[in-house]
Amino acid sequence: MSAPQSLEPTSVADIAAGLRSVGYLPGESTALVSFLATRLGKPVLVEGPAGVGKTELAKALARYLGRELVRLQCYEGLDEAKALYEWNYRKQLLRIQAEASDTGWEAVQEDIFGEEFLLARPLMTAIASEQPVVLLIDEIDKTDQEFEAMLLEVLSDFQISIPELGRVESRTHPIVLLTSNNSRELTEALKRRCLYLWLDYPELEHELEIVRLHAPELSETVARRLVEVIGMVRALDLKKPPSIAESIDWARALLLLGVKDIDADTFTETMSVIVKHRTDMDVVADRVGLKLRSPADVA
Amino acid sequence: MSPDRQDGPESVLSHSNPDGPESVLSHSNPDGPESVPSLSDPDTARDPALEGLPARILELGEELRREGVAVGTSEMLDAFEVLREISWTSQQDFREALAATLAKSQEDRRVFELVFDRFFFRATEIAAAHQGIREEDRAALGDLTEAELEELRTQIAAALSDGSEGAMRDLARMAIAAFARRQEGSGVIGVDVQRIRRALGLRAEPQPELPAEDPRREGVPRDALRRFEALLRRELERAQIERTGSLPPARPLGELDRALPSGPLADLAAVHRVVTQLRRRLATQGMQNRGHRRHAHVDVRRTMRASLQTGGVPVVLKYRPRRPKRPEIYVLCDVSTSVTSASVFFLSVLHALHDTFRKMRSFVFIERISEVTDIFEHERNFKAVSERISGDAGVADISGYTDYGRVWSEFLVQVEDDLHPRATVIVLGDARTNGRDPRADVFAQIAARAGRTFWLNPEPRLYWNYGDSVIAAYEEFCTAFECWTTAQLEDFVRALTRPVIAAAR
Repeated sequence: MSAPQSLEPTSVADIAAGLRSVGYLPGESTALVSFLATRLGKPVLVEGPAGVGKTELAKALARYLGRELVRLQCYEGLDEAKALYEWNYRKQLLRIQAEASDTGWEAVQEDIFGEEFLLARPLMTAIASEQPVVLLIDEIDKTDQEFEAMLLEVLSDFQISIPELGRVESRTHPIVLLTSNNSRELTEALKRRCLYLWLDYPELEHELEIVRLHAPELSETVARRLVEVIGMVRALDLKKPPSIAESIDWARALLLLGVKDIDADTFTETMSVIVKHRTDMDVVADRVGLKLRSPADVA
Repeated sequence: MSPDRQDGPESVLSHSNPDGPESVLSHSNPDGPESVPSLSDPDTARDPALEGLPARILELGEELRREGVAVGTSEMLDAFEVLREISWTSQQDFREALAATLAKSQEDRRVFELVFDRFFFRATEIAAAHQGIREEDRAALGDLTEAELEELRTQIAAALSDGSEGAMRDLARMAIAAFARRQEGSGVIGVDVQRIRRALGLRAEPQPELPAEDPRREGVPRDALRRFEALLRRELERAQIERTGSLPPARPLGELDRALPSGPLADLAAVHRVVTQLRRRLATQGMQNRGHRRHAHVDVRRTMRASLQTGGVPVVLKYRPRRPKRPEIYVLCDVSTSVTSASVFFLSVLHALHDTFRKMRSFVFIERISEVTDIFEHERNFKAVSERISGDAGVADISGYTDYGRVWSEFLVQVEDDLHPRATVIVLGDARTNGRDPRADVFAQIAARAGRTFWLNPEPRLYWNYGDSVIAAYEEFCTAFECWTTAQLEDFVRALTRPVIAAAR
């Protein structure tokens, strides 16, 4: 295995620069908490509205640290078999059938509950990995409380007990990020084990920098205008405010269209990139469209 | 104004050599005198053994607990651990590191910010008072003429519009000095802050009577105004501590400070969040399973898997997990004048319920009942919904007085055939009958047909059964909750999980 050399950041500035170098512009608290996570090996609970780069942070950390990213996407009804491990029962069945009938039961049993028949699921993969990994447990708030309880063992001791095999302990210490959209309160027990990071929509300047990074050909003035408009749209009461990813998409769309300035017409034409609900579109067209139009009419 | 006095931990906690354990316990202030007296305050009778930074951090944790942030021992240990990793000289890092370990939700984070500021502000001030560090005399500022005052006003307004923190702080001090000279201080900090703000003519609303070049004309940005007020408050407190040489008693944070900056929209979001929890609770209660045991589908895959334990003989049958049925909900919402103040809240609860539950019918009532399920289903926008309900939803309102008896009979007629033990009925209302017959017997019929019945009353429990409130008559057949804030709504949702309630029915 020739995995890229793992890095150990030594300061907050280090990790901030590192994340920048892989295309993620961290806020101050983001860099600090990431640093603490790498140093202390504690899981980080990242909360915030949708589309502020929670998942992206994990990917960027993995890229920067040269680690593999193991992702567990949570959903309602996720159980241990999908998250931890499962016995490969087809293979076990084949094995039993292939065994000569005179083999003793003991031998077969020894046989079929070996690591060969174990299907490792994300948590297991992360813990058993030879190389340190970044483990992303995405949208933890979508799971049930029972699943959270199951996570506690994994997150505090980094080990998994398998009745037939014994305990699997982690060989390396993974960096764990849990993300949540706050759709339900997580249990205190889980929170207690984590560092907490609240990600919000970035400040205007910060977002401008992000947009410029991802769409460098876009002219400064258009980019600034774009970020301002996005800010205006977010200030409205929408079902789904535009995320950072959508502002980047919009910037790219404008780039493709060769737009020189965002006026009311281009806005209404390209609005669908950032606003994704019919009712939202009405509200936005009404408020922002009008705001964009008025100076042009005066001029 | 001396530039060497700053708020925040660095002046209290700054340490020059991060190596060696003694640096943790001793703090040397680079600006202050060489020998630094202890921070311990005789007034508060601290344990003399607890000195230095660890003690301060513990006190901070203690203070957070007093404000209702759940700070456990493990959180405190984490806090100490992270402090080993970061430099203490950057206030930003210091604060963020502590916040990441001590405040584990957005609300907690907000409380943390307030407590952190207050705590270290007080610590700095008391240290200064003990060491006899004083502000330079403010006599340098001569008497202000009206023209100079006007100049100060525009300068402050301009600083507020740019939002530069340093300039704002300096100007806050000048403003305080100016008004102290005019003998307008009342001695009560909160009053003084408002007086100064008013005298400066700072308002969030546009003031068109002012000349065009005045930055106040368009109105001062609201959050800048709030920041400026906070600075004024802080500077006034600083002056007061300096005058008296002792700290005023710490007051717990008020509800207002603590709450997130919220408008009706944020409330709406909060209601939606709680209702989502409600859905989960109702769905996982298992009450939908009753009487439906006869469906049991064998899960072939899992049975085969289990059969491996017994050598391929399917001894143990595994069944498909029973997916809970969607709960059905009937909501009755009072929109009469006696609950006007709560009706926005009630409507937002209704709105959120409709967003979350599909099988749901809602009714609003005053004197008679009218079904509004359609409106909620066709209008996603909360404002439009409330307008339509108050407008043409046809709430039959003749006298404007609630007639609960009539409402129950009509409701029963409309839904009699649909009510079944899986249904949950929720009534939002104050149970004030205006002297009419409460007809609790009809209500009892409804409650008997439905699986569960809840009553959310917007009045404080104290007022229940006073005057024409007849909640006691209904409480026999349902579980009543006091509910007019999202926090109480959350209590209601929490109470739902208690098995006692399910068993009581």
